[in-house]
Formats: sequence, C-alpha cells, structure tokens
Amino acid sequence: MPRFMTLIRIDEKAAADFESDPGFEQRMGALFEEITKAGVMLETNGLKPTAEGTRLSWQGGKVSLTDGPFTETREVVGGYAIMQCKDMAEAQEWTRRFLSTHPESWEVGAEIRQIDEMPTPPGN
Amino acid sequence: MTERGAAAAVETVFRIESARIIAGVTRIVRDVGIAEEIAQDALVAALEQWPRSGVPDRPGAWLMTTAKHRAVDLVRRRETYARKLAEVGRSLEDVPPPEPADADDIDDDLLRLVFTACHPVLSAEARIALTLRLIGGLTTAEIARAFLVPEPTVAQRIVRAKRTIATARVPFEVPYGADRAARLSSVLEVIYLIFNEGYAATAGDDLLRPALCEDALRLARVLAGLAPDEPEVHGLAALLEFQASRLAARTGPDGEPVLLADQNRARWDRLLIRRGVAALGRAGSGPYAVQAAIAGCHATAARYEDTDWTRIAALYGRLAVLTPSPVVELNRAVAVSMAEGPEAGLALVDRLAQAPALRGYHLLPSVRGDLLERLGRPAEARAEFERAAALAGNARERALLLDRAARLTPPQP
Repeated sequence: MPRFMTLIRIDEKAAADFESDPGFEQRMGALFEEITKAGVMLETNGLKPTAEGTRLSWQGGKVSLTDGPFTETREVVGGYAIMQCKDMAEAQEWTRRFLSTHPESWEVGAEIRQIDEMPTPPGN
Repeated sequence: MTERGAAAAVETVFRIESARIIAGVTRIVRDVGIAEEIAQDALVAALEQWPRSGVPDRPGAWLMTTAKHRAVDLVRRRETYARKLAEVGRSLEDVPPPEPADADDIDDDLLRLVFTACHPVLSAEARIALTLRLIGGLTTAEIARAFLVPEPTVAQRIVRAKRTIATARVPFEVPYGADRAARLSSVLEVIYLIFNEGYAATAGDDLLRPALCEDALRLARVLAGLAPDEPEVHGLAALLEFQASRLAARTGPDGEPVLLADQNRARWDRLLIRRGVAALGRAGSGPYAVQAAIAGCHATAARYEDTDWTRIAALYGRLAVLTPSPVVELNRAVAVSMAEGPEAGLALVDRLAQAPALRGYHLLPSVRGDLLERLGRPAEARAEFERAAALAGNARERALLLDRAARLTPPQP
C-alpha cells in the first residue's frame, strides 16, 4: 500500500484575514478522527509561519541562508499529512474531504505526492 | 468529469466506506451475506446517479443512508423475501430507523462486524478470508493471489463462512463479560496471522504477499481506533509497526535474508518506529505488549552493539510466564547468552534438548552450534550446524548453515 504526502498550501497574507466559522474546529477534529480510525493517517502537522522559517540553498559550491519572512508568501506549505492508501484515488478522496471541511470563504490548496519508498527486494 | 472518472470516484468512495456500510446494514438485517449484497446495491445506485447529479458532499453518508433504506425495505417486505427472512428471522418491531447514525454508532457496528468475521465458529482460514474481504476491503482475487490459492477456493471459503455464521446464529454483537478476552484474542490472532503470511512470504516477486503486512497493519490500526481501551490491541499494533519498520532491510540485493545484526539500520522506517513507541505506551503488559517491547528494544538501538540484551532477556522471561513454549525459551536462551555470555545461554538450551515440540526444529541445533562456537568448541559446533542444515526446510538457510559448518572444519594436513 503506497504512502502519500499531502502538502497543504496557503496564501499566508490572505490567511491572516480568514474568518473561522463556528463548528469548523469540531468538523475538522471529527474528520481527522475518521481518517485515523480508518487506519489511513500516519502523521500530520501544521507548520509555523514562514516568518519563523529559514531557507538554505546550495549554489556554486556554497551554502547560503535566508531567514523568513520570504518575499513571496503565496502558496507556501502550511502543513502536511502522511497517509497510507490503496492508491492515489483514495488519497484524493480523503484530501477532498479535508479541503471541503474548511469554511467556504477560505482558499486552501493541497498537493498530493506519492512517497518514493525504497524498493523492497523480492524474496523473503 | 468523464463517465469513467465519475465511476472510478464512486468506487473509491465505496471502497473507503464499504466495511462501515456492511456493518451498519448487518445491524438491521442481521445477516452478513445479505448486508454485503445490499451494500453492493447502494454502490450500483451511486454509479447510476452520481455521474449525473455529481458526487454528494458527504458521499459516505449518502451510501449509508441509501443502503439502510434498502435494508429496512427488505425487512418490511418480508412476505416477498420470505426465504431470506427465514434466515434473518426478525420481526418488524426490531427494525431500527435508518437515520444517519452518529460516528460512535458506526464504530460500534464496525467493531461488531470485526468480532463476527473473527468468530471462533469459523476456521482460521475462513476468518482470515472474511476479515480481509469485509473489513480490509480486498477483492476475492487479491486475497487468492496473496495466499497463493485459486480464486474460486477463496470465493467458496467466504460463501461458506457467511453461511456458517448464519447457521450458527452468531449474534451481531460486541462480546462483553466472560468470553470477551477469548473473542478479542481470536481477532488479534487473525490480524497477526495475516501479517505473518506477508512477513514470511517466500514467493518470489509477487508483491501482493508482502502487501499483506500493510493490510494487517491497517487492520491493527483500525482496531486500535475501535477498541482504544484494550491494551493488547495497542500491543499488537506496536508489534506490527516495529516489525514493518524493518521490512525494507530484511533482504539483500539478491533476495537473501539479512540477519538483524547485519541489517542497515538507516533503512529502518523511523516513522513506523515512532508509531510503535507511541502504541507501546498504551499497550499494558500482555503477551503482545511484551513481544512489542522486545521488538521495540531492537528498533530503538541505533547500532546492533547498543542492543539492551539484559532487558530483552528479562522480557523473554516475562513472555515465558505468560505464554510458556520451548520456542520462547530458545529465544530467551539467545538473549541470555548475549547478556551474560554463551555459557549461561547453553545451560538454558541444554534444558530444551528433550522438548518434543523442538524435535526437528532446525533453530535448536543452530543456536546450540552458535553458542558452542563462541565457547571455543569448534568440533561440537560443526556437528550441530550440520544437524541444523539437515533439518532446515529452506535452501538458503541450509546453505548458510553448511557454510558455517565448513568454516569450522580443521585444515587438512
């Protein structure tokens, strides 16, 4: 059963103005419980804002370092989930349910990527 | 969305929900076989409607409500369905309303379904097939391939299992009271057997067999969610998380088995080890918890040299009290030999020499040979390795043992 990492993307600037609706927390809590009870959710966390993040890059044989906040804040990763599903379609369905749980006025994106597992050689 | 895309989306939703739908419907019709048919009917209804009307916001609830309405109709039209109802044997007054159930009710029904599929009235083979089919959502073809049997055999097995449950009038309930522990251990054993079938898979490159480990692990995780107050459920989950964390490191490039001591620990799955540790924290002190604790000792040792053999030996001592067996005792002897030296291990092994259960068990002479070699008694060690090789059922293991014997042969003048 493959594993998938879902990267939740948000626009940090816009997210600051998102209004939560009553019951949102509870709906999301119920959904997470459901995904966990289905034996699907292996790990999930939200991430602190990019203002508290750091970027390192390797270029021309040197490592350079940039502290957040970064100039572009659209589409930054705000959280992640690792799910074990039968296939991509199942990962999509759970992710669809996750997105649909948010208030209508919010804009949230999700990118699903299959984890590239180290191949297990055949045999015993 | 294309017609085919819509159908695929419906089937995905159905696969996610089918166990819970079957469970919810079984509570109404009291027959697992009929419940499965009704769940299929709900799937057909969705395949007809969703491509036109779009996928509903809560597709699981849509399927559940549709299936439950059909179930109630079935029970109500009992004159028409006299034959099936003779099997169901329930009266109109007993029919619960098909209202959207809350999450706790659904969980409760699912747990009843688990206990039903693992009921001791069924053979181990039947329990395994039915559990993978109903709870794991595997197709008959997938189960057949994983267990290397023809598909009609599995199909028959499942049909007969459902019939046995109906004939024996197995109540659709979660057992409480005196037989709960025994019934739960039957459930745990089914999951454990499924995992081991995948773990011990020797069938070449058919990935469906190792995939059984993941199916079993998912079942263990589901069960931990359904019965969070049962420590042994967490014990089993922890044991399987730890075992699964090593799957990638257990075989070398040519498929040869790699011993624990030689495994590349960088290939162990840290996420699964972390989950194992978390589950172990809720696991109590039953047999699965103790086995999980042993597996956890290995999993949390950064290097083989860091293994806490004293603790492992003590845990095997506890396991020997909980589930006494010569195999546990043999494992304890190995741990004691690592903790206290080969002499102490050999004393324990020699007490096992007469155990009838170990007669013909190649690991007994193999362990003994290893201890004798460490004690600097090569001639005796060689004889033991040769004896073990003669008993080993697996060609790779036999080659390994003969190789160890050969290395102890004194050089010819």
